[in-house]
Amino acid sequence: MNVSLTLNGAPISAEIEERTLLVQMLRDDLGLTGTHVGCDTSQCGACVVHVNGESVKSCTMLAWQADGAEVTTIEGLANGGELHSMQAAFREHHALQCGFCTPGMIMSAVDLVSQNADPSEDEVRAWLEGNICRCTGYHNIVKAIRAGAAAMRG
Amino acid sequence: MNEKGIGAAVRRVEDQRFITGAGNYVDDVNLPGQLFAAFVRSPHAHADLASVSTTAAAAAPGVRAVLTGADVAADGVGGMPVGWGITQPDGSPMIEPPWPIIATDRVRFVGELVAVVIADSRNAAMDAAELVEVDYASLPAVVATATAAADDAPQIWDEAPGNTCFVWEIGESAPVDEAVSQAAHVTRVELVNNRLIPNAMEPRSAIASFAPATGDLTLHCTAQAPHAVRLLIGAFVLQQPEHKFRVISPDVGGGFGSKIYPYAEYAVICWAARRMGATIKWTATRSEAFVSDAHGRDHVTTADLAMDADGRFLAFRVHTTANMGAYLSAFAPLIPTYLYATLFAGQYTTPQIFCQVRAVFTNTTPVDAYRGAGRPEATYLLERIIEKAAYEIGLDPVELRRRNFIAPDAFPYQTPVALLYDSGDYAKTMDKALEAADVAGYAARKASSQSAGKLRGIGYSLPIEATGAAPSAIAGQLGARAGLWESAELRFNATGSVTVFSGAHSHGQGHATTFAQIVSDKLGIPFENIEIVEGDTANGQMGMGTFGSRSLSVGGSAIVKAADKIIDKGKKIAAHLMEAAAEDIEFEDGNFTVAGSDKAVNIAEVAFAAYVPHNYPLEELEPGLSEQAFFDPMNFNFPYAAYVCEVEVDPRTGITDVVKFTCVDDVGNIINPLIVDGQVHGGVVQGIGQALLENGVYDNEGQLLSGSFMDYTMPRADNVPSFLTDVTETPCPFNPLGVKGCGEIGAIGSPPAVINAVINALSPFGVTDIEMPATPERVWSAMQSGQAEAAE
Repeated sequence: MNVSLTLNGAPISAEIEERTLLVQMLRDDLGLTGTHVGCDTSQCGACVVHVNGESVKSCTMLAWQADGAEVTTIEGLANGGELHSMQAAFREHHALQCGFCTPGMIMSAVDLVSQNADPSEDEVRAWLEGNICRCTGYHNIVKAIRAGAAAMRG
Repeated sequence: MNEKGIGAAVRRVEDQRFITGAGNYVDDVNLPGQLFAAFVRSPHAHADLASVSTTAAAAAPGVRAVLTGADVAADGVGGMPVGWGITQPDGSPMIEPPWPIIATDRVRFVGELVAVVIADSRNAAMDAAELVEVDYASLPAVVATATAAADDAPQIWDEAPGNTCFVWEIGESAPVDEAVSQAAHVTRVELVNNRLIPNAMEPRSAIASFAPATGDLTLHCTAQAPHAVRLLIGAFVLQQPEHKFRVISPDVGGGFGSKIYPYAEYAVICWAARRMGATIKWTATRSEAFVSDAHGRDHVTTADLAMDADGRFLAFRVHTTANMGAYLSAFAPLIPTYLYATLFAGQYTTPQIFCQVRAVFTNTTPVDAYRGAGRPEATYLLERIIEKAAYEIGLDPVELRRRNFIAPDAFPYQTPVALLYDSGDYAKTMDKALEAADVAGYAARKASSQSAGKLRGIGYSLPIEATGAAPSAIAGQLGARAGLWESAELRFNATGSVTVFSGAHSHGQGHATTFAQIVSDKLGIPFENIEIVEGDTANGQMGMGTFGSRSLSVGGSAIVKAADKIIDKGKKIAAHLMEAAAEDIEFEDGNFTVAGSDKAVNIAEVAFAAYVPHNYPLEELEPGLSEQAFFDPMNFNFPYAAYVCEVEVDPRTGITDVVKFTCVDDVGNIINPLIVDGQVHGGVVQGIGQALLENGVYDNEGQLLSGSFMDYTMPRADNVPSFLTDVTETPCPFNPLGVKGCGEIGAIGSPPAVINAVINALSPFGVTDIEMPATPERVWSAMQSGQAEAAE
């Protein structure tokens, strides 16, 4: 079947099997490998993207469900050469080690801040229950998200 | 000072690609014409394979091949190799049963490979795998560590009576028994070190590609040690010569030990690719990872600590049963032996130590090194028994430790269990931690918790570990079947930039940053002009890889040695350029100068002259500026720490919150404090996970009950606090950087700190022991049985 959507600001369409997950289409059919798959039970959050501005686990959505939607992946977050404030905060605060969970963490964090401009440490930690990191112990991720939120507030 | 040199908190250069989605992990790689593999795995823990029928699967759409253990056997492919041998007390070798890369006549754990389907797409391969018909005749399974060697346990291997792989001892039992029997006080613990499942966030993945015209085999895989994978799979499984076998590991999404080993899946797709002249890709699902990545820990231990009337340690006696799983993973025998019992001196002067380990086979996933590997098990035991002893004899646990510390002037210190400690000032580090943790203010915090209806507890842990594997000669005497040096090539390019090839392989540790800091510092060239290259056996050095917190102390030291060689050669070139004698040339901050003059040439000019040798001493010196070095350390190094943990337990629910955790680590000199902090945070949380959340649980039939993220409790952000971290810096004298490993100390040190704090919180209920993970159910039950006892 055919799916058409707006991906990182540009219209695209792809011919896919009905059972294709959104993350599979992004990675395998469209070559956007920044969105990762870390589990098969919708727990880890490595696959978080934005669908119509909200964070979604792209392993838990069939690709055709995104037909007509606006999808943003980690590749579409920076504004040209300029990093998004949240990306910059992750680098500044050493909020990543192996980098595998990072795209999902950043996409999830951006959505948090869009809903809560100044999240407390507890609010950040509660929000991240759907994003698992095995490397950082979360300390620097929490720090980075709060700093990223401050930068987004301007 | 060089702003991006040694000691600076340089932001990581690798982050740009990771934060923009431009990382390059194996599953992100797609090669032309690639086929896909899907594995059929045993759903039984122990069964005879009556038949494996591939007919229906082979006829499914898009299927290119369905291969079984019979095909493996027919092709004469070898089994999985073991990289470390253990000698038993009677001089006999350990039992080393065969592990075919696909099962032939019997399966011995859930998840063992039974067949592989190769097809045009991932979906086609997975669909067809469902069509492979396997007739299993199930057998009784052996699961529990403690009873695996019992007389009535089913036998897994004919050659291993009592399911015993080996018995291993260190120390003298008779004098330790005597000391224990005569001591003023003996504290005993019986404990379990729970099985853990590593769960690096990137599942393992591989692409094997064979070029029939040249005979070249290329394997992309998620490896911490690409050269080791090449050697072990090439030489021992496939008989594929090293020079015709290239292993590439691009970005690796975490490992924690689990990506060291030459897994059967890699061997199978390499063999299939060679057989078919094809390119074959496979990526594990998380469910596959749970049953096939080597697990960690899984010990059952009884120990006695003997003390005199003043609390001075006299002897320590340990009996441990260690679970190996169904087969021996590559380094499994090393973990509960030399990486375990050699740490039983801890930071203390215990004069006599004896440990006996029985390694047993069970119908479970093989167990191998997982972050810390043996050292967390040792530290948990020692720091638990010391804290228990302190409360038994009515002494502050801090004071008991202080009475037994190895003194700062006693180094190098020979322990009774083989190791020669390098350096340390344990009291200084502990005192810094006590102050940072505001232990003086603990009573007030406890009162405040109490008024909120919570039980508060405080616990301590003073870990030490041996990192920087390894002095090859010593390792060889102890059973290693490989050398354990590391290597580096430091290659100047003609225009003055530098490419550094290292045999280590970062999978989150930040080598691209820290190694460049070292080179920038040593050679005085801009940090931005340095590139670190790792992870490709055809594009760099021979290497041993990254594990056991070795990359900086061993691999970084190789880089320093290569830099020294660059400077030596550079002096000769500079002497020619400045018409001076080589012995008069000095090097500092990137410039060669003639002593006592204002003549100078920059190292970039020297590099240019070396590659464009128009004015160059060609009769005496080769052109080019590229040097290679190997570093084999004379000793391990011994990072240590002092951790203080405070927990709050909700007595109504048994839920434990880690509310305050203070770490003071001594990892010797520090190259990048940001990265050291990050390593400590991550390690401590893995330890908190072991203490409170994580558990690899099998039922009696050998089914893994905790086989997904819905069942195996990974630490989430809201399970852990932010941390207070600080350091003391006692340089290691056994490497040129003075560094000690920092990758594992957090995971080693934190479990006993947490459990000691939980027990302390529950002490009003008479609780003196609790098992990991201290789940709400266990905590609540411990309180109830404590209350019941108190009432009786």
